[in-house]
Amino acid sequence: MDYIPHTTDDTAGMLGRIGVRGIDDLFRCIPAPLRFDRPLDVPGPRSEPETVGEMGALARRNRTLDDLVSFLGGGAYNHFIPSAVEQLASRSEFYTAYTPYQAEASQGSLQAFFEYQTMIAEICGMDVANASHYEGATAAAEGIAMALDYTGRGRVLVSSAVHPDYRAVLRTFFAHLDVRIEEVPHEAGATPPGAVEARIGDDVAAVVFQSPNVFGIVEDGPALVRAAKARGAMSVAVVDPVSLGLLKPPGHYGADIAVGEGQGLGAEPAWGGPWLGFMATRQEHLRKIPGRIVGQTVDSEGKRAFVLTLQAREQHIRREKASSNICTNQALLALRATIHLAYLGKQGFRDVADLCLRKAGYLADEIRKIPGFSLPFPGPFFKEFVVRTPKPPAALNAALLAKGFLGGLDLAGWYPDLGNAWLLCATERTSRGDIDQFIAALREAAR
Amino acid sequence: MNPALLHTPLIFEKSRPGRRGASLPVSDVPPSPAADRIPGNLRRETPAELPEVSELDLVRHFVRLSQKNFSIDTTFYPLGSCTMKLNPKVHEKVAAMPGFARVHPYQPEETVQGMLEVLWRLERALAEIGGMDEVTLQPAAGAHGELTGLFLIRSHFAATGETGRTKVLIPDSAHGTNPASCTLGGLKAVKIASGKDGLVDLDALKAALKPDVAAIMITNPNTLGLFEERIAEIADLLHRNGSLVYMDGANLNAILGRARPGDFGVDVFHFNLHKTFTTPHGGGGPGAGPVGVKKILAPYLPVPSVLKDGDRYRLDFDRPQTIGRMRAFFGNVGILVRAYTYILSLGPVGLRRVSENAVLNANYLRSRLRDAFPIPHDRLCMHEFVLSGLKAKGKDGHRPHTIDLAKRLLDYGFHSPTIYFPLIVHEAIMIEPTETESRETLDAFADAMLAIAREAVETPEKLLEAPHTLPIRRPDEVRAARQPVLRWVPAGRNVGASESRSV
Repeated sequence: MDYIPHTTDDTAGMLGRIGVRGIDDLFRCIPAPLRFDRPLDVPGPRSEPETVGEMGALARRNRTLDDLVSFLGGGAYNHFIPSAVEQLASRSEFYTAYTPYQAEASQGSLQAFFEYQTMIAEICGMDVANASHYEGATAAAEGIAMALDYTGRGRVLVSSAVHPDYRAVLRTFFAHLDVRIEEVPHEAGATPPGAVEARIGDDVAAVVFQSPNVFGIVEDGPALVRAAKARGAMSVAVVDPVSLGLLKPPGHYGADIAVGEGQGLGAEPAWGGPWLGFMATRQEHLRKIPGRIVGQTVDSEGKRAFVLTLQAREQHIRREKASSNICTNQALLALRATIHLAYLGKQGFRDVADLCLRKAGYLADEIRKIPGFSLPFPGPFFKEFVVRTPKPPAALNAALLAKGFLGGLDLAGWYPDLGNAWLLCATERTSRGDIDQFIAALREAAR
Repeated sequence: MNPALLHTPLIFEKSRPGRRGASLPVSDVPPSPAADRIPGNLRRETPAELPEVSELDLVRHFVRLSQKNFSIDTTFYPLGSCTMKLNPKVHEKVAAMPGFARVHPYQPEETVQGMLEVLWRLERALAEIGGMDEVTLQPAAGAHGELTGLFLIRSHFAATGETGRTKVLIPDSAHGTNPASCTLGGLKAVKIASGKDGLVDLDALKAALKPDVAAIMITNPNTLGLFEERIAEIADLLHRNGSLVYMDGANLNAILGRARPGDFGVDVFHFNLHKTFTTPHGGGGPGAGPVGVKKILAPYLPVPSVLKDGDRYRLDFDRPQTIGRMRAFFGNVGILVRAYTYILSLGPVGLRRVSENAVLNANYLRSRLRDAFPIPHDRLCMHEFVLSGLKAKGKDGHRPHTIDLAKRLLDYGFHSPTIYFPLIVHEAIMIEPTETESRETLDAFADAMLAIAREAVETPEKLLEAPHTLPIRRPDEVRAARQPVLRWVPAGRNVGASESRSV
């Protein structure tokens, strides 16, 4: 199966017009020793029904969040995605459009991204947001790059309660630059502002924390920001956007930059991507924000119009002086987030957060009743929490899987010093029945 | 009524207090002490001013917005170096299969064997297509792949003790992401001039080859649509200098199945799945930029990759010298699934027909336009070619610019080609038709270009004031940059209001 429309007549006519005898003549510019003249050793071809058959068979070998009851979180979440999000974002005028460089031909995308920027800034309590990053960890890296550039300093303090893979990305990004990334150890699942105060100095560009953090604990963001500000450092808050329906957003407690993963705003888990990095910041930093930004203006007849703007920050204009190298971003996922947030609306956004809080709370209460299970961390949590288990979580998960449950995340790989530690998650999709059945199965498994 | 021309208020302007779209379940769990433990100072006080609209309002809003867009599915989109080919609909069906869409990345490996197999097969297929030894699927875009490649190169030279290699040679025709990625990688971009033939000038290259050069970043075919015929010699020069060769694979559509970067002496290159492998552009993303490497750089690849162990698939983190992670989680998996589906459906013959017809179409268009437009390098091209503005002056003595031609094309129902890039061509117009366009479409586009060239002489104002028939006229971009308005603000709130919130 291929998508070439040419008939032999078409091809012959075109070759004639070009003035060559055959297709091979068009490739004479490739020196003979560099030509690849055997068939590629790749599978295929397949007709459409065969393609669907073969890919479908591969897909059916995977168990899904629809046939398993899941309590897995850890940075990827099973949130409700309204059908409207799927349908509207699947309009091909959106998904087969290019980057909106020609504004007159792209007002649909441009207005949608302007609305996205508004919503992200609004939920983060900030003044301005860009039109997306690849995902949460790279957004965090770019946020830190902003702080490094703005302050001219070279040290960054990062809480060890920030997702380990985010911290790994930061180490990779800054490995070859003159930047020192230092970890601030968590205590009982939270980042003590005192630990930041003990380490901060006039050489710290940014204090980076996540809230809720990887353990689901809500950090004392205001205190962490104060500790940063006291020595002129910027604060980069890595946040779960779903939590902002209920939790105080970074902009409301003085943080400079808010970043995070927008998967929970309308993106399928899809085994890790494509998801949505977001970034929001204060008005004073708007010329330093990386990535695409859409701005509102007027056209030559005074009509409201939207355009990509402040492009002088970007790679296609500034090249080696650009603040970032980002070109392709996660535009379609930003569109999905816009539709999602508009669909939930002002009240729905709060309701989802409230449901997550209640469901996780009930799950925690019920788990505590099982002998041998406890919650080791005292701090307030949102959507997920750590459980100390009498048996290794891996063993519990295996038994639970056999009964149709995806148990929580075994933290042994990330935080070996926590002993038997299990990260459990409940969202607005988790019903009471799910929880009650899970608890029953867990009691069995723990025997 | 043309829906595209209707004024579409912002979704916030359609909002009315008390309306809602979402239907959420009511809480079915008892109140929880745990739930009440979030202290007041960490709770949100003022709700986010998200819109309050009904589902119908929401649907009409976004459908109307979609109708204002040009897209491949409505319009010929000959953007050079973007490869705007058909996005096959079967890919959307496959990517939406629950077994691919509804899987959590932390599920036990035995529950995602089908997913792991697809990714393992894709790693191998891309390695074969590129002539490379190993592939990482982690990068989320071409620029992300470039940065990955540069980190690999840096790690390599750190391991050999050659930390003085801090320069990267970049042809002046390169895409802006190339030098930008160098800066992010802590390396210095050094510009290499192109010769009169549009290819890298070997003398300029040799003059720049010093012990402090880590690599060259080269695009082949280059952004003029020309094959760098001396690529083997260039790679050899770099290798003899102890340097490495990075290739930007944006233009792979021209040589699919006909030539492989690995056979040119390239050590590392990135694929753009949203170009060559037709994953949808999405209005600016998501894409994916997998990186292929020769053995010399394999030890440094990001983790994890996918391993086949007997008939089981698993994630492999055992790479002691890895650069680490370029992102959380495995990659833009939904995009990777689409790209694999494409390779599977086309097979070896179909992949080769892609480059044959991409190059055929570009040359055909070139043959139709070469009399009316200046072409700096008027010889057989690959999958794209570059014109240099309009030839003739208008009746008023002024020559409309490329920008005016581009805007007028929109009135004819075509998206403009890439304009003002590459930088080395004055008033550049970069045209890449791709292989999925019919002869009639190409002829219609050529006819429109010729008509506009005539208008440029006889009625230049048609170009200068174009477009005339779209949802907006030309936007005031200067105002947008000088007085940035980057979000809607609720009534009663000041711009910059977040600054006034103290801790």
